[in-house]
Amino acid sequence: METFISSFGKAFLGGLLIGLSALLMLVFNGRILGVSGILGGVLNSNSRSELWRYFFFAGMLLGGVVLRFTLPNAFENTLERSDFSLVIAGVLVGWGTRLGSGCTSGHGICGVSRLSPRSLLATVTFMLFGFATVWFFRKWGLI
Amino acid sequence: MRQQQLSALVCGLLFAIGLGVSGMTQPQKVIGFLNIFGAWDPSLLFVMVGGVLVYGLGYPWVKKAPKPLFAPQFLVPTSRHIDKRLLVGAALFGIGWGIAGFCPGPALASLVTLGRAPLIFGIFMILTVLIFERIQNKKERVS
Repeated sequence: METFISSFGKAFLGGLLIGLSALLMLVFNGRILGVSGILGGVLNSNSRSELWRYFFFAGMLLGGVVLRFTLPNAFENTLERSDFSLVIAGVLVGWGTRLGSGCTSGHGICGVSRLSPRSLLATVTFMLFGFATVWFFRKWGLI
Repeated sequence: MRQQQLSALVCGLLFAIGLGVSGMTQPQKVIGFLNIFGAWDPSLLFVMVGGVLVYGLGYPWVKKAPKPLFAPQFLVPTSRHIDKRLLVGAALFGIGWGIAGFCPGPALASLVTLGRAPLIFGIFMILTVLIFERIQNKKERVS
């Protein structure tokens, strides 16, 4: 029970930090903090001149390094997934988030907060498909 | 200009730390959250609660300012148009998320671990986005 409460607390605290970083992005740069959108911008030859995107990712990697030293279990991964399923998942997430113009950050946090109808619908959709996928794969013992 | 880049770096740093604290960088926790028809672990719901709380309260207040601190104007999506692209994209993303337990932010932050799963997932996600942007640019040139 104690670990249950602490994992709720950590999730909430992490959520507050995520919300704060997204809000600061708006205060400083007037942009939505959407990881898939920023990634698309970095990889699109038409928008490569906008250096702030590279700096955002540099900050994320720096954050990853800080986490490795301060919260060693932050990157714990006990899931067993074949290389093939990771490839498929990477392709689906890459294509899906660009096609749908957002992911968990841009739609799920920023868009939902702004009550954007597109983001609300996208968030409900990716959640439902996430639930269905886990159910399906567990039912057939595939993952 | 330099302020814009430095602030993006700070946002990326804070964002990644938020992800790590919240548990979003642990794929088994994500799958536990998506396993709503099984042994559901609702803790990650509080990431959204925390994020939406900060961003939802802050957004209207920040938008009262005439412009962001380090950019000429706010660039926030205004489209309210629901189309097939949005839904199909969100659905594909949800499936990929449900397979590997990674969404774009946590996958990119996890690259610093050089772990096999984030590397395979991340590389294929990045390659897919690269191809998506190429196709997108070609379409724009034609039309």
